Amino acid sequence: MEKVLTRNISPGKAPTDIAAYEANGGYSALRKAMTVMSPDDCRQVISDSNLRGRGGAGFPTGMKWSFVPMGDKCSPGHKYLVCNADEMEPGTFKDRLLMEFDPHQLIEGMILSAYCIGADISYIFIRGEYVVAIERLRAALADCYARGYLGENILGSGYKLEMYVHPSAGRYICGEETALINALEGKRANPRAKPPFPQVSGLWGRPTIVNNVETLCNIPHIIDRGADWFKGLGVGEDAGTKLFGVSGRVKNPGCWELPMGTSVREILEDHAGGMQDGLQLKGFLPGGGSTDFLTRDHLDLAMDYNVIGKAGSRMGTGTMIILDDKTCPVGMVLNLIRFFAHESCGFCTPCRDGLPWSRQVLEDIENGRGKKEDLDTLEYQIKYIGAIGNTHCALAPGAMEPLQSALKYFREDFEHHISGRACPYRSVGGS
Amino acid sequence: MSNSQMIQTDLNSVLTLEELAEIDHELEHIPYKSGAAIDALKIVQSSRGWVSDECLQAIAKHLEMSSEELEGVATFYNLIYRRPVGDNVVLFCDSVSCWINGCDDIKEMISQKLGVDYGETTSDNAYTLLPVPCLGACDRAPVMMVGDDLVTHLDRETIDTIFANKESGSET
Repeated sequence: MEKVLTRNISPGKAPTDIAAYEANGGYSALRKAMTVMSPDDCRQVISDSNLRGRGGAGFPTGMKWSFVPMGDKCSPGHKYLVCNADEMEPGTFKDRLLMEFDPHQLIEGMILSAYCIGADISYIFIRGEYVVAIERLRAALADCYARGYLGENILGSGYKLEMYVHPSAGRYICGEETALINALEGKRANPRAKPPFPQVSGLWGRPTIVNNVETLCNIPHIIDRGADWFKGLGVGEDAGTKLFGVSGRVKNPGCWELPMGTSVREILEDHAGGMQDGLQLKGFLPGGGSTDFLTRDHLDLAMDYNVIGKAGSRMGTGTMIILDDKTCPVGMVLNLIRFFAHESCGFCTPCRDGLPWSRQVLEDIENGRGKKEDLDTLEYQIKYIGAIGNTHCALAPGAMEPLQSALKYFREDFEHHISGRACPYRSVGGS
Repeated sequence: MSNSQMIQTDLNSVLTLEELAEIDHELEHIPYKSGAAIDALKIVQSSRGWVSDECLQAIAKHLEMSSEELEGVATFYNLIYRRPVGDNVVLFCDSVSCWINGCDDIKEMISQKLGVDYGETTSDNAYTLLPVPCLGACDRAPVMMVGDDLVTHLDRETIDTIFANKESGSET
């Protein structure tokens, strides 16, 4: 398969500097856009490509951009492009790779995306723990300013863009785009009510687009090679390639660029090397901690947004977390719910008070203090906390996804904890 | 924080000229002063290790916001420290992939070795142990950060190497 996003990235290879990036065709898409393409032309190509957001929700990128007021329809003032580099979804480790080893690909993608929406200021909002990526992105930005790819009059086109690396001060909720905008404004990162949507009123009340790292990294390639080429990369319904990852107790955990629509089985068996010796696959979260469990019955599904959606889960970030048969499913869900309860911003009641309640019930079950009716309590919580619309944002409903599917697929495990008054996995070393 | 302390301290002399210059540099591309709140907290923390009540009040004054509002911001973010920390902060990942790979046992080893639990600092002030959301290195789990360094594939051997100067439980 043709490598696109990772064409400059190989195990053991040094990070790509500006010379290496340019030598491999880097910034040719920017030159093309600045010389022969209008922002409208560029936006059209992205819309035609069917690129969908790689941060987890899979929203079509071209459509997201289409809500930004352009030309006379936009009141005078700044417009912003923000890169969401706050990778914190449990089990997700793809954007780190893209930023640490090919920072210019992201920057070129951001310049082009900013050009598409007419933004004049852009931020890379990156989690503070990504120290290496922050350093490399800052060095890359300096190189870009020196070469006239950023700043006034980019490549003589008259287009102007400033770009800043903005390390975050923490908290998972900053990955939610309106919470991220509040964090950029120096406030507590509580998500905002929508509407107004950020495309119309975002950072400092101005039109703002927030896109994930991997989404933005696709842009130069699509501008350079066209929508049809991009659509041809996928082997299923969706366009392009995707960074797929596998973590958990497999032989070869890692992250690989593969065609969109690659089967779960191929990712797990061919790339991750299958389960470690003595372990069987019990289930997996297809795309991070806030996606529903799938099981061995779903191994032949294509990793496409709609296919995984129809199976009752979400492709999310495309980085799978594997549950093996010697790890306790209740313990795993407890770990996830504990995470989400801790990371609640505290703004709305179902999330702030509901998630700690779920955690308490799960702790009781895991530690042998569970009662039969606790399963009904969990179902009740799933019904009310899990419904979109009952909460201020998607954090709590996301937290309910692994819980509701664990109760569906691994209900016997919950029941054994309750009837045996202990975690049956403790003695076999799973938890 | 106490009101008496706020009255007694001359807030204009708390922050250094370097800190103020750095904060003002951030303000150049921020339309409202309070917009630099998190940046200012981080600037002060980077030179002092943490943000004291005094510093928080001085920053609030400089940014023309109430210290209560700034406190609400400071305590929201897990990488802003409102209590003193040791020379190195150990950010220990206890999220799902690290948990599957046995991070609970590793955390116990570290606690034993350093004699501290989450939120505590060793008596020689070398390390503060804190949990952190998924560090995004799940293919190399279990992982943690020691200061700015990511440490991967944690096991007894790596823990012994990293904290080599620490005798088991010597800090308790």
